[in-house]
Amino acid sequence: MDAITVEALSKRYGDTLAVNDISFAVAPGRTIGLLGGNGAGKTTTIAMLLGLLIPSSGRITVLGHDMATDRFAALARMNFSSPYVALPHRISVFENLMVYCHLYDVRDAKGRIAELASQLDLHELLARPAGDLSAGQKTRVALAKSLINRPDVLLLDEPTASLDPDTGDMVRAWLERYRAESGCAILLASHNMAEVERLCDEVLMLKRGRIVDRGSPADLLARYGRDTLEAVFLDIARNTGAAA
Amino acid sequence: MRPALRRIWGMMYRHLALYRRSWPRLLELAYWPTLQMCIWGFTASFFAGRMANAGTPGAGAVTLGMLLGAVLLWEVALRSQMGVAISFLEEIWSRNLGHVFVSPLRPWELVAALIAMSVIRMLAGVLPAVLLAWVLYAYNLFALGLPLIVLAVNLMVMGWWVSLGVVSLILRHGAGAEALAWSVLFGLTPFAAVFYPVSVLPPYLQPVALALPAAHVFEGMRALLAGSAFPWFSLTAATGLNLLWLAAAGLLFARQFRAARVRGALMSIGE
Repeated sequence: MDAITVEALSKRYGDTLAVNDISFAVAPGRTIGLLGGNGAGKTTTIAMLLGLLIPSSGRITVLGHDMATDRFAALARMNFSSPYVALPHRISVFENLMVYCHLYDVRDAKGRIAELASQLDLHELLARPAGDLSAGQKTRVALAKSLINRPDVLLLDEPTASLDPDTGDMVRAWLERYRAESGCAILLASHNMAEVERLCDEVLMLKRGRIVDRGSPADLLARYGRDTLEAVFLDIARNTGAAA
Repeated sequence: MRPALRRIWGMMYRHLALYRRSWPRLLELAYWPTLQMCIWGFTASFFAGRMANAGTPGAGAVTLGMLLGAVLLWEVALRSQMGVAISFLEEIWSRNLGHVFVSPLRPWELVAALIAMSVIRMLAGVLPAVLLAWVLYAYNLFALGLPLIVLAVNLMVMGWWVSLGVVSLILRHGAGAEALAWSVLFGLTPFAAVFYPVSVLPPYLQPVALALPAAHVFEGMRALLAGSAFPWFSLTAATGLNLLWLAAAGLLFARQFRAARVRGALMSIGE
């Protein structure tokens, strides 16, 4: 059974069709990338998958639960990270993580926080107010929050934004290991093409709310006759290139 | 602990951690109730003294009791209302709603956590003022006895449904509606018969007052202070009205929450 199934999903705001009849599935243990320019529909799609936004039409099933009727059962086994959604900045990193241990009913909360602190190098940050952290440190803490409940489905919006290359590489390696060990399905929206190329089994290219192309990074590179996903991205965005 | 209770505790823990780290926030809780009590207490003492000089000392004491009781009990409603609305606004100000609403936390659990925080905030704000009223004016609010619980609970519930209305308006209009969190119940004060009987109001305003549970609560309080029997009618009316208004506010909240999910407002409500 697929971890995520999206069927004929659309979202309309007045006259604007933000997401237009998209369908895809994510199997356990696989990572799917959402690529597209600003306004392509990535954030809207993720918001609908999380139940933050009600679709205009279509159906979303996560871990066998219909998100229209049974979203809380799925949300307990999902999580999400985005640099654009903050954590309360006046309480400490430890307190923030403890809040989410309670919300996700995590057993041995202190043990889980200590485990994540070791894996993501957060020990020195735990006692500090979240608002005092650098952008890169906040991104690591947000990642820890997204893994607090050992999710079976992980939605990541720019997971390595603001990280230096060394830390970014560490986080990517950690995500790869977590996915391999847990069988977690990951949906990744990123503008970092090297990251998408490294982490994703399949890439969905979005433009004006539609999936305009899809395939593995290697397939897309071959189809467009390009050396990098960035070049493929530009071909699609500008309607140029072999397969455009 | 059951998962639902643990999620409610999680949201409370977040707010309690905030207060633990911020003494100005703690101080602010007690500041306004204490200030109001002092201003009204001195004013009432002044009038009580004038009445004593005019040869009606008993009436002065009753007036002091009614005014101080009204001030302190109205603060129960005000602090309960602000406790819910401001705790919700804290989530907006910290841009945290996106994380909260993608967790398994149900909307009713969020409301339960906000109400629990409002009880804590109300007690932290009003109890120091009650204590100070006893020190400064020898006024003991607890002398009202067990009926005090019925009066206070009704005023707390009124604060909750008013704040659910405010939260619904924030969900509909965004953080631009946040000023209502501080002002809306003050705006109802003239109609709530806090300091005077409903009969003092012009006849065309009296139905407005009688639609508010607070008017019945304060009529009941004044009857108790005047030595009457337990005011069953007033307090039954207050309880019934509270249940009606609470149900209406709950429906409004549920409707606005769903509308916010249709519009995508939960993603951008802090902006």
